[in-house]
Amino acid sequence: MIEVTDLTVRFGGVTSLDGMSVTFEPGTCGLIGPNGAGKTTFFNVLSGFVRPASGTVRAFGEDLLSRVHFRRARWGLRRTFQTEQAIEELSVYDNVAMIHEHARLSGAARRQDVLGAISFVGLDVDPAAPVRTLGAGQRRLVEVARAMVGRPKVVLLDEPAAGLPDDETGHLAEVIRRIPEHTGALTILVDHDMSLVSACCEMTAVLDFGRLIASGPTAEVLRDEHVIRAYLGTADVL
Amino acid sequence: MLDTARAAAARPRSPLRRAGHGTLVRAGVIAVLLLFALLALPQLLSLYYIDTMTQVAVYCVVALGLGVLVGRVGLFSLGQAAVLAIGAWVAARLLFATTQPYPLVLLEAGVITMAAGTLIGLPALRLRGLYLALITLMLAGAITVVLATTNFPNGGHGFLGYNGSTVHIPAIRRPSIAASDPAYFRYSVVVAALMFLLVFAHIRTRPGRAWAAIRQSEPAALAAGINTTLYKLWAFALASFVTGVAGGVLAGAVHYLYSISFPTQDSITLLAVVLMGGAYSMWGAIVAALLLQLLPALLHNWGVSPDWLTILFGVGVLQVLTTAPAGLADQVPRDLARLGRLLRRRVRPGRRPAPSGSGGGPG
Repeated sequence: MIEVTDLTVRFGGVTSLDGMSVTFEPGTCGLIGPNGAGKTTFFNVLSGFVRPASGTVRAFGEDLLSRVHFRRARWGLRRTFQTEQAIEELSVYDNVAMIHEHARLSGAARRQDVLGAISFVGLDVDPAAPVRTLGAGQRRLVEVARAMVGRPKVVLLDEPAAGLPDDETGHLAEVIRRIPEHTGALTILVDHDMSLVSACCEMTAVLDFGRLIASGPTAEVLRDEHVIRAYLGTADVL
Repeated sequence: MLDTARAAAARPRSPLRRAGHGTLVRAGVIAVLLLFALLALPQLLSLYYIDTMTQVAVYCVVALGLGVLVGRVGLFSLGQAAVLAIGAWVAARLLFATTQPYPLVLLEAGVITMAAGTLIGLPALRLRGLYLALITLMLAGAITVVLATTNFPNGGHGFLGYNGSTVHIPAIRRPSIAASDPAYFRYSVVVAALMFLLVFAHIRTRPGRAWAAIRQSEPAALAAGINTTLYKLWAFALASFVTGVAGGVLAGAVHYLYSISFPTQDSITLLAVVLMGGAYSMWGAIVAALLLQLLPALLHNWGVSPDWLTILFGVGVLQVLTTAPAGLADQVPRDLARLGRLLRRRVRPGRRPAPSGSGGGPG
C-alpha cells in the first residue's frame, strides 16, 4: 500500500503537484489525467528525480522519500519511462540482468529470474540479441521485463502503450493485468488509453492541474462528471 | 539442440554468450597479432620504427583509457594527455629515487595517477558534453603549467627530483630484462596487452553494463539501481590507471622527459584520433595509436612535414563523424567485406550469390 500525503512539487512558479493525497491499494491502480496534470512528476518524485516541496510518501510502511534515488531500486521500486529506455548497446538478457545485479540479490538465481521475467512478458526473441535490433513493441516489453525482475514491490508504468499498434497494446494489457499475481508488486499505470486502463486497473486516481480530483473503482471514476469535464472541458466558461 | 542445452548447463555463469565459432576466431586473431608483434616485428623493423612502435604501444593504452570515457560512458575528457604526463612524472620520480622492480613502479605510477585522474573527473559528476570537455581541458592546461615550472625529474634531489644546473643528466632506467630497444618494445606490448585485458574485463562485466546504461540515459540507470556517481568515477579511475601505467612505460622508452613534450593540445589531437579509430571498440584504440604515432613517423621518414596531419585528422574526424560514427575500426572491416562480396560477384558473374549471402543483387 502506498500512502501519499499532501504532496506538493513546484518548478519555479509552476505548481506541478498541489497537495496530492491518495492511497494506492495492492493490485493494479490507474493514474490518469490530461497532459500536464502531474502524472509523470508524481512518478519522478517516487523515483527520486524530483524533490517535493512538501508531503510524504509511505510505501509498505517505509518512508520512500528518505531513500537515495538509486537505492530505491534495491528496495523494490521499478519503473518504465514515457520514452522507452531499454539500453540499446546491451543484449535483452543484460538489460534485465542489470537490475538484478544492482539489487544486491544473489547471482545464483539470476539466470533463472531473468529468463523468467523475459518469458513472463512474452518476449519471443533470443535473449542474447542486442536491444538495438528489436522493434518498438519488443523494446517496451524489455523495459517491462526489467521492472519484473528481482522481487519488485512497486512497479510504475509510464504510458507503456504509447505509440504501439492495437494488437501489441492488447498483449501488453494482458501482461500488465498479470503483474500483481506474478510478482506481488503494487502496480501503478499511467496511460491515456482508457480502454487499457479499464482493462487493467480495478482502482484509478485522476489528476488535473496537480490536484487529485477523483479516485475509486475505475468504472465509477470514468463516469465521474469532474473527470469527464477535466478531459473534455466544459461549456460554461467562468 | 541437445548439445547446446548441455553446453549451457555446463556453463551456468555465462550461458548466453555464444562462445563457439566467433569468439574462437577472434581469440585466434588476437593471439596471432600478439605473437607477430612480440616475435616478428622486432626482427622486421629498423630501430627507428621499433621506437615508433613502442610509442604506438604506449599510446594505444592512452587511447584505450579515453575510449572508456568517451565510448563507454559518454564523458568527453580533454585532459588525458596531462594524465599521461602525470604518470610519466611519477614513474620517473620513483625510478630515480628507488631501486624497485619496474613492474612495481608501473603499478605505483598507475595507482597515483588514478587518484589524480579521478580528481580531474570530479566535474563529470555535474557536467557533461561540451562543458566537461572545456573544464578538463582547462585542468590539463593547469597541469601543463605546473609541469613547466617543476620540470620532469632528472636525477636531482628533493621531492621534485629536478636539478637545473646539472650537465650530465642520467637516463631514466629500463627493466634489466628489457634494456635494448627491441626488448623494451616487447615489454611495452606485454604491458599494453595486460591493460587491454583489464579494460576488457571491466567492459564485459557489471561496470561495463552500468556504463552502457549511464551513456544512454542517466534516469534509466538510476532507476535500475546504478550508483551513477560511483560508476562515473570508476571510469575515470580505470582510464587514469591505465594511462598512468602507459606514462610509466613512456618514461623508460624515451629515457629523458621534458615538459615541452606534453603540450595541452595533445589532448585534443588524442580525442580526434580516438574518434577516428573508433571509441566504441577496443580495436579502435590501436587504430588511434597508429594514426597518432606511426603516421607522423612515416611522414617524417618520407620527408613530409607531420604538420599536415592536423589537416588530415580534421578531415578524418569529419569523415568518420558523418559516415561512420563507430570509427575506422568498424568501418574498414565492413567496407572490406562489402568489397570482397562485390569482387566475388564480378569474378563469377553467372552464379547467384550463396543462399546465406546478404548481397542479393541481380544474378
